Formats: sequence, structure tokens, C-alpha cells
Amino acid sequence: MKKLLLATLIGLSFAAATQAATPSTEEMWKIIQKQQAEISALQNQLNKNNSRLTETEIIAEATISAVEEISLAPAASKKTHIGGYGELHYNNLEKDDGSGDKDEVDFHRFVLFTSHQFTDSIRFFSELEIEHSIAGDGQVGEVELEQAYIEWDMANNKTAKAGLFLMPVGILNETHEPDTFYGTERNAVEKNIIPATWWEAGASLSGELSPGLRYDVAAHSGLFLADGEYKPRDGRQKVGKAKADDMAFTGRLKYTAIPGLELAASLQMQTDMHQGEGDKIEGTLFETHVAWQKDDFQLRALYATWDFDDAINSIKAGADEQTGFYIEPSYKITDKIGVFARYSEYDNTAGSASDSAVEQMDIGMNYWLHPNVVFKIDYQNQDNSSGTGSDGINLGVGFSY
Amino acid sequence: MFNHVLKNLISKVIFTGLLTTTLLASPQLSAKGVYQSGPDFVAEVFAPQQPEPGVLWLNKSIRQQAEKILGHKVLGLRVRYHQSAGKTVWILNEIGKEMPITIGVVIDQGKISRVKILAYRESRGGEVRYPAYMAQYQGATLSDGYKLDKSIDGITGATLSVWAVNKVAALALYYHSQAMTQPESTKQTSESR
Repeated sequence: MKKLLLATLIGLSFAAATQAATPSTEEMWKIIQKQQAEISALQNQLNKNNSRLTETEIIAEATISAVEEISLAPAASKKTHIGGYGELHYNNLEKDDGSGDKDEVDFHRFVLFTSHQFTDSIRFFSELEIEHSIAGDGQVGEVELEQAYIEWDMANNKTAKAGLFLMPVGILNETHEPDTFYGTERNAVEKNIIPATWWEAGASLSGELSPGLRYDVAAHSGLFLADGEYKPRDGRQKVGKAKADDMAFTGRLKYTAIPGLELAASLQMQTDMHQGEGDKIEGTLFETHVAWQKDDFQLRALYATWDFDDAINSIKAGADEQTGFYIEPSYKITDKIGVFARYSEYDNTAGSASDSAVEQMDIGMNYWLHPNVVFKIDYQNQDNSSGTGSDGINLGVGFSY
Repeated sequence: MFNHVLKNLISKVIFTGLLTTTLLASPQLSAKGVYQSGPDFVAEVFAPQQPEPGVLWLNKSIRQQAEKILGHKVLGLRVRYHQSAGKTVWILNEIGKEMPITIGVVIDQGKISRVKILAYRESRGGEVRYPAYMAQYQGATLSDGYKLDKSIDGITGATLSVWAVNKVAALALYYHSQAMTQPESTKQTSESR
């Protein structure tokens, strides 16, 4: 009896246990349906989230692009640019014959560049300068328009220029920002022979003959020597109601295919330096230079010579040949400090047998506070046969932007 | 007198010769313009493989360092680049004197393997694009002062363009170092996911 009872109890409890572990088919169906609904809901949610994520990414991308466009736009769309340069000089010089001292401070040049890009291929460029700080009646300085031209890229390799532009001659004439050269004052050869800074009105064509070989050809207004004048520097009319009876032509070839090296030669013809007033004087200028940089060492050397008709000798004997050269090695001790030495010689009456050359030795240092801000100090020793050379110290500060 | 006539005659002949050569010459390379598009440059560098596009977000520290290298403010929020197996290509713009120069820089394992001017828009200073000049950048790395560890011989009269290329080359090296150490998740662009 007891055994039967025990067996029945076991049987019952087993049956109960089995019944609890295995739901009926109906119950299972319900569970599956419920789970299916949950899966579908989750799937929907996931799809929604995914599409939201994509949407967010699209929105983020659009926002970032728009922000970038706005922040970058002003720089890209700026069509008018302003730049400039300036240099303040202090000269403390003494003449060899004791005839006079120069102890002077001078804001030599203050320049504003304005340029405007009309289209990708047409632009305007100008340089307006105040020399010696103050201009006007009886004042020491001048206001000068040194460049004002329209430039047009006619084809991929040809650029035409019309207006008032710098002569493609020498190293300093076209690139004369104070932070680009050594010495407080510009070198005497380019100033007195070429004569820099030199601009004329006319038209020019520039381009490239092969990689690294560029040419410039220009037809432009000429120099004019007033009564008694014979130096090219005095002949600059500066395009102010300039006599334009007789034109001049300039050509230049420049080779820069080797990094650090520039070789150039210019030739100019003046058809009449008297512009039809008085004896006709033709003139030919030949200039050649090298600028070579290797690591911290740099060498600049330039030679320029004018050949005028003999008629000029009646104004000044020996003026039919006016010649000069300089050689300038320099070394950059650090990124900011460079030292240089320059020997130059020029003669505005080289055609005469007498010794009329001016020799000058300069040594000095540039300190670049910033690549475009420079402090300069140099010592000059100038000698000529008449003993009127000036020796002494020059100090300068210059900038460009 | 005869001497002068002869000299002037020679000058005239040289001048006319120069003018004629100039007008008739038909050079292959142009001084100004777009030489190659960015995508073409990227494709050429990685060919025949397809590079992965990447994005370097300019966070505060990257931006500060980039501004130090360039010496002026950096606009934009990110820089796009392309990469494959430790090699990255950066196409960056920097103003020379007035107009932006578009420069492509290829960095391979932390060293410059190639620099190319893709577009030059100023009328002067275009000499920077010559292969002989560009070849100088090959092998350059970043010094401790975030400058190129090689000295680059410049171009007279094109100083500003030279500086621009030097700065972009140094910047690309810096960006490369940052991109290589960035977590994978921040590199991706939305398009590349």
C-alpha cells in the first residue's frame, strides 16, 4: 500500500513537472508570435536608427562643408590685394677729403602695392611710393607712381603687359623689397649705371622658351638727357609728361632651370637720348648677372655697360662708355642672421683715359626678425680719384608684406 | 664712329632675333595654370592600387601646430587625404604672394617621396614647379623644430613661392605623423563607410 502510494506520488509529481516544462502547442505558438512581434519592432527600430544615423551623417557632412566653404570663401574670393614695403635708413658718413659729413636719418621709401584680379587671366598691379617721407613744393621727397600696368595671360605661355612697368634689367630693379637684399642702401652700380629703380611706359611680352628659360621683350618710352646731362640716371623721365619722340626697346633672357641659380642678360636700345632735341644720341645697355645660392652661401655678381654715340662726349668727355660691376658673396650663419661683403666699381665717364672710377667696398650684416622684417648694419669704404668718396656706417630697418 | 654703327647694328640684330624667336617659339610648359587635377595626381601616385580616403580632423593641438608651421591661421575643420600601406597623399593650398598655389605632397613612411605643383596662379615665381627644384624635397623629414631637415636652394625673385612650398612640405609631414597615430574610427569619412 505504501509502495503504491509512493509510486503514485512520484508519478504525479513527474507528470506535473513534465507538464510545467513543455507548454502546449497553443502556448508555444503564442510565445513565438510574441517574440516575432518583438523582433519586428526591434528590426524597425534598428532600421529607423540606421536611417537616422545616415541622415545625421549627411547633415553633419553638409554642415561641415558649409562651414568650411564660409570660412575659406573670403580668402579665395578676395580680388583686390594690398601690400607694401618700407625702409628707414641712418647714414653716418665722412668724406675722404674731410669736405663734409653726412649724419642723417631718412625714411627712404614707403610703398603701397595695390593689385586687382579682374579675371583669372587679367590683372592690374600698381606701386605707389613716397620717397624721403615728405613731398611737395620745396620738400626733399617725392611721390612716385613706380608701377601701374595691366597684365594679360594671352596664352598658357605668353603674358602681355601694358602700362607703366619696371625695366627687366638687373637684380634689384624688379625685386627691391628691403628684406630681399643685403646692405642698407641699394648697390651703387645698379643705381648709377642701370639706373634702378627704373620704370617706363609701354608694352611687353613675356613667356617661356623652354623649362627654366624665360624671355621678356618690351617697347617703351625712352630716357631724355636735358642740357648738360649725360648720366642715364638723370635721363629718367619717370613717365611724367615724358617726351616720347624716340622710343626704346628692351629684351631679356633669364635661365633658372637649376635650383638656386639665376643667369640673366638684358639688352636695351635707346633710339635718341635727346628725344629729337639737339644731337641724336643712340644708346645701348648691356647687362648680365648671376645669382647663385647653395645651402647657406650666396653669390651675386652683375656687370652693366652703356655705349652711347660719341656726340655725348661733347657734353662730358668719356661719357660714351659708362660701366660698372659688383660681386657680392654672402653667408647665412643662421636662419635669421646673414653676413655679406660687396666690392663694386662704376664709372660714368669710362670712355675717357683718365681714372674716374668709383670703387666701393661694403661689409655688413642683415638680421631678419621675421622673414619679411629686416635690420641692417654695414660699413662702406668708397674711393675715387678726386678723393671725395664717403666712408662710414649705415643702419636700416625694412619690411615688406 | 664706325665702331658705334657696328655695335648698334649687332644690338639690333640680336634684339630682332630675340623678338622673332620669342614670338615663334612654342614651349611645352606653361608658367601659369593647372598642371594636374588632384584626383589625377592621387590616382597616379597609387596606381594600380586604389587608395583609401581619409580625414584628419583639426583638433585644437593639431590646429595649433599647423598654424605654427604655416605662420598664420588655418581655416577649415579637417583635411582630406589618401593613403595606402603607410603612404599618404596631401593636396594643400598655400598663398605665395597673393594667389594660392596648389601643392601635392606624397609622404612614404614619414619621409617626403614627392612634391608637385598642381596649380600655380601668380605671374611671377613659377620656377618652383621645375622638376629639378621639386626633387630637392625628396627624402626630407621633419626636424624637431617642425621644419624640413634638408636645406632647399631657393629661386631668386621667387622667395615667397619657395617659402610657401617649404611650409606645405613641412605641414604635410606633420599631418602624416598625426594621421598615422589617429584612432581608426576618426579617420573615416562618411562616404567611405
